[in-house]
Amino acid sequence: MSGGARLENANPLIFQRTGERLQTANDEDEDVADPIDDREIFDLIRSINDPEHPLSLEELNVVEQVRVRVDDQENAVGVEFTPAIPHCSMATLIGLSIKVKLLRSLPERFKIDVHITPGTHASEDAVNKQLADKERVAAALENSQLLEVVNQCLISNARTG
Amino acid sequence: MMAADSALLLGLVEEFVLGQQDRKAVDTATELKAGQFTILQLVEALGLHLTSSQPQTRGRGVQLLSNVLQECYGDLTEREVKVLIVFYENRLKDHYVITPHVIQGLKALTKCSVLPPGSAVSILKSLFQDIHVQSLMLAERSCVYNILIQLMESRESELKGLGADFVFGFVQSVDGERDPRNLLLAFHIARKIVHEGYDLGKFTEELFEVTSCYFPIDFSPPANDPHGITQEELVLALRVVLTGTPRFAEFLLPLIIEKLDSDVQSAKLDSLQTLTACASVYEHKDLAQFLPGLWASLRREVFQTASERVESAGLAAVGTLTACLSRSVLNSDSEDSLNVFLELVLKDCQHHLCEPDLKLVWPSAKLLQATSTASYRASHRVAAAVLPSLIEQYNSRTQCAQRRTLLEVLQGFVHPVTSSEEDESVLLDFRQSLCSIVFSALSESNADLQITSMRLLTALGQQTGLLLESDVELAVDHLTRLILEEGDPKVSLAVVECAGALARLHPAAFISKMVPRLKEEIFSEPMAQGDSATPSREHSQQAVRQRCVAALAAVSSRPSLVQESTPVLLQVLTSAHTGTGAFSLEEVISVCHSLQKIAEQAQDTEETGGVFHDVIPRLLGLALQAALQGSSGHCSPILEETVLSAMVPIISTTCARLQSRLAGQTASLAVSLFLDGDVSFLPENAFPTQIQLLKVRFQCWSQSQMVCLLMGCVCWLPRTVEVPQMDRLLLELEELSCTCDHPLSYTSAAKCYAGLVNKSPAGEVLDSLIDRTLKRISTELDSASSPVRTQAFTLLLWVSKALLLRYHPLSTALTDKLFSLLSDPELGWLAADGFSLLMSDSPDVLNRGSHADVRIMYRQRFFTENSAKLVEGFNAAVQEKKSGYLKALSHIVNNLPRQVQLTELPALLPLLLEALSCPDQGVQVSTLSCLQPVLLDPPSALITQLEVLVGRTLALTTSPTMKVRIASLRCIHALSRFPEHEIMPFRARVLRALAAPLDDHKRVVRSEAAVARNEWFLLGSPGGR
Repeated sequence: MSGGARLENANPLIFQRTGERLQTANDEDEDVADPIDDREIFDLIRSINDPEHPLSLEELNVVEQVRVRVDDQENAVGVEFTPAIPHCSMATLIGLSIKVKLLRSLPERFKIDVHITPGTHASEDAVNKQLADKERVAAALENSQLLEVVNQCLISNARTG
Repeated sequence: MMAADSALLLGLVEEFVLGQQDRKAVDTATELKAGQFTILQLVEALGLHLTSSQPQTRGRGVQLLSNVLQECYGDLTEREVKVLIVFYENRLKDHYVITPHVIQGLKALTKCSVLPPGSAVSILKSLFQDIHVQSLMLAERSCVYNILIQLMESRESELKGLGADFVFGFVQSVDGERDPRNLLLAFHIARKIVHEGYDLGKFTEELFEVTSCYFPIDFSPPANDPHGITQEELVLALRVVLTGTPRFAEFLLPLIIEKLDSDVQSAKLDSLQTLTACASVYEHKDLAQFLPGLWASLRREVFQTASERVESAGLAAVGTLTACLSRSVLNSDSEDSLNVFLELVLKDCQHHLCEPDLKLVWPSAKLLQATSTASYRASHRVAAAVLPSLIEQYNSRTQCAQRRTLLEVLQGFVHPVTSSEEDESVLLDFRQSLCSIVFSALSESNADLQITSMRLLTALGQQTGLLLESDVELAVDHLTRLILEEGDPKVSLAVVECAGALARLHPAAFISKMVPRLKEEIFSEPMAQGDSATPSREHSQQAVRQRCVAALAAVSSRPSLVQESTPVLLQVLTSAHTGTGAFSLEEVISVCHSLQKIAEQAQDTEETGGVFHDVIPRLLGLALQAALQGSSGHCSPILEETVLSAMVPIISTTCARLQSRLAGQTASLAVSLFLDGDVSFLPENAFPTQIQLLKVRFQCWSQSQMVCLLMGCVCWLPRTVEVPQMDRLLLELEELSCTCDHPLSYTSAAKCYAGLVNKSPAGEVLDSLIDRTLKRISTELDSASSPVRTQAFTLLLWVSKALLLRYHPLSTALTDKLFSLLSDPELGWLAADGFSLLMSDSPDVLNRGSHADVRIMYRQRFFTENSAKLVEGFNAAVQEKKSGYLKALSHIVNNLPRQVQLTELPALLPLLLEALSCPDQGVQVSTLSCLQPVLLDPPSALITQLEVLVGRTLALTTSPTMKVRIASLRCIHALSRFPEHEIMPFRARVLRALAAPLDDHKRVVRSEAAVARNEWFLLGSPGGR
């Protein structure tokens, strides 16, 4: 981050990070099948970096486990995210990052739905429409500048530099 | 000079100058050293060439003289040096093609120990006057710097006599230098100028400019750089110069402020570290006028940074600045710059502490804490400004998350300040409020609040005077309550840590309050009698007891506490044995773990040794009672292998630390118990007199398995302690290990035998003992029908290890036997796995903790001596036997130090790749786990095999075994860090292949797959890697 740059929201609210998921005896048992559950999806997206702050989406409360829904049988995943401020210009970018992370990490059988928590953003509908449109998502990822920002949100350990 | 010599000399000169034969210079030097002619005669012989009208010829002449001087400068007389210097100084004014040779010659002359007084100054004056250094080539510039360094070392006072002219001359010479090798020399000279008191005169700013123009250093060495100069080296060399004198302060500090604004992270870091370095030598007056500017930059870096390294460098700089300002001695007319600075910090940070939800509360707290740890004065000022409002907020806020943040911030301010003893803690004024906050938070039901408040409590306890006796007692009551009532594992862990820390400082309160209460709980009757006891209630009661037992261990660091807690734990074992208390097997084992922990953490004093020494007879007595009782009636848990194995480390940890008198006593008691059935030292002595623990009798494993306790005792004693009746003991152990059919008994006997052999003095006695044992082992192994082949193999394995560790010459005979067993139809697999045992550390015997003779390089040595045998064996073996060799190999390689793995890998790679396609899953896991760390820093041999490596590893990601899938995915992940151009061709294939494990039925596998696949996606993608 450049020294001169000023942030849209320099002093945001921050939230506690969840600990690592506890391993159970079942997790180590070869014969027990572990279904894909809400926590597993949440673990995939909670460490995504915010495009502006050196904080994760979880720390900014943009994503929460209660806003993740998965149905392993029906091959459906739904994620609601909450931009930190209602006029956040980064909302589309954040949604795109979540979507891309899930596309890369989940089996192909899943239909992935990412949208803004109802009533938390000024241009909610427009953003949701963009995120739901397969072709527009694909086109966005063809744009190398956009892809660059998305990738940076997805790089792990961006904080240790 | 004789005519012949004269002719020789003229000949050499001719051949060098006109004949262009460079090696004649060496010949000339050799002859001169041999005394065939003198240096001045050489100059005379060169005469005509030195005055030639051709500059090339003159140059060649000077070159010969300089080359000779480089060899012979040590043999010159002062008079000769004087003449030569005059000559060379003159030649500096000559044609430029000659200059390089002149400088070479001068460099040789400056090394003369007989350099006449005044010549150093005159050489430098000529150099500075006649030469423009930066128009010279790289090597000549380096020569000039070396002349300066040489003269600064040998003629320091003369050079200082030159005054500021010397500095000016240096500045002119170095201005514009670009080569990193020369820069290192130049920085070295500048460092000497600054640090060794040369007069900078009016050239301070010039010297600063000519060096600081490189700041911050941005240097990336070319690929395959032969000089090995790193950015780090240059950075440090320059930093020493820039921070060397407060006279640079007025120039350096604005420069740092400017460079902190840079977008390049390394520049920021360098600036912060340079600031930290200079603040430790500056005084407050050097800093005063720049404080507002510095603070603005530092605050911005800590508030906004995305990098932990920048943040911690920034905090370090703030701390050093504060420390520097605190050191200042004030004049009556100057204002206190520490106060000025602290006001700046407080003004910008203090108000953020009132917003515990927001991001900036943390960087603000860290900045304030960095200033307050820097000095006593600063901590006073900051504490007075910050603590009242934090305390007030804690008491007025109601949300747990906010209160927790406030507690954590408070804890950051409770730290020992380095100051003189008599200064009382700055927190003394806030003692009461802090204590009441802690106690109120401990009574909350929120786990996070409880945990944080215990950390704060621990911190308060570390400072003298902050906890009164009544506070400690109240704290112990709270901790005891949490142990009994709180089931959250995170809270339990925090309680145990806090109790451990406080008990070390305040044992009395724990003895009087906690131990009795925990004891009462441990021995309390089950809450509901009979059938009404639901499994869940029983379970929860067990959990409470487990926490009590763990807490007893945690607080037992002082002898006075050990004395109280150990009897309670031993009583549990006794009542579990007699069946009077309803203790489960797990509880008995965790009691053993607690006793082991006490043995480990007890301070090594005569007193504790004495207290704990009694534990050994108690344990042996219990085990013996259980063994004699056999399986009749109530079955004692002490008979269980898991319990016995948990008792071994209690005994071994204690024995390893015993002082020699007690150790000797313990050894003889244990040996006489096991060999002679002497039970006289055991407590509650009601044993029969005819006990023979080491004798093999039908169905008597309950006694023979006690040999594991003997091992824990005699194999762990310090090496100076003599074990009595050694020969008989070894004989009986050998017998037991070779004849018994109970696995725990014969394995423990073999380990015990091995542990003793490892410590036995070298010599014929030992050699013949080993011979005898090896013969016996071989006889059993060679007879296919022998019923005790497994026993013989076990003994062979442990004795091999014992000898291998100490580099005993006979170890080869034993390990060769192990190699030969790899193709054995019955023992082949066991033998292959045995190599893992041979190469890794055993926890219960033959390790450093047990004072065993372990040579540090034994693994490498074993590998070097045997890898060829293994490869041969592999090649010679029939197909179905090959996997045994691969398994052995992967075990051995897996345990080698990484450096050795990397060097050996090229030779072994074909075999390891072979092992990846070996059907045995154990071999696959072991090979993958051996490859994975190597992949993190891939040697070039691997790169040539990428096709095979990627192919075989990907194939294993769908293995039926979970461990194989996980290990292979980790390797695929590691592969993503290979040089991009090497692995890009595999990207599409890997991404496709990893789609399958994303849908694995095990979650752990899926998450490894997701991590690896995301890394491969980032590869070669914009913004990725």
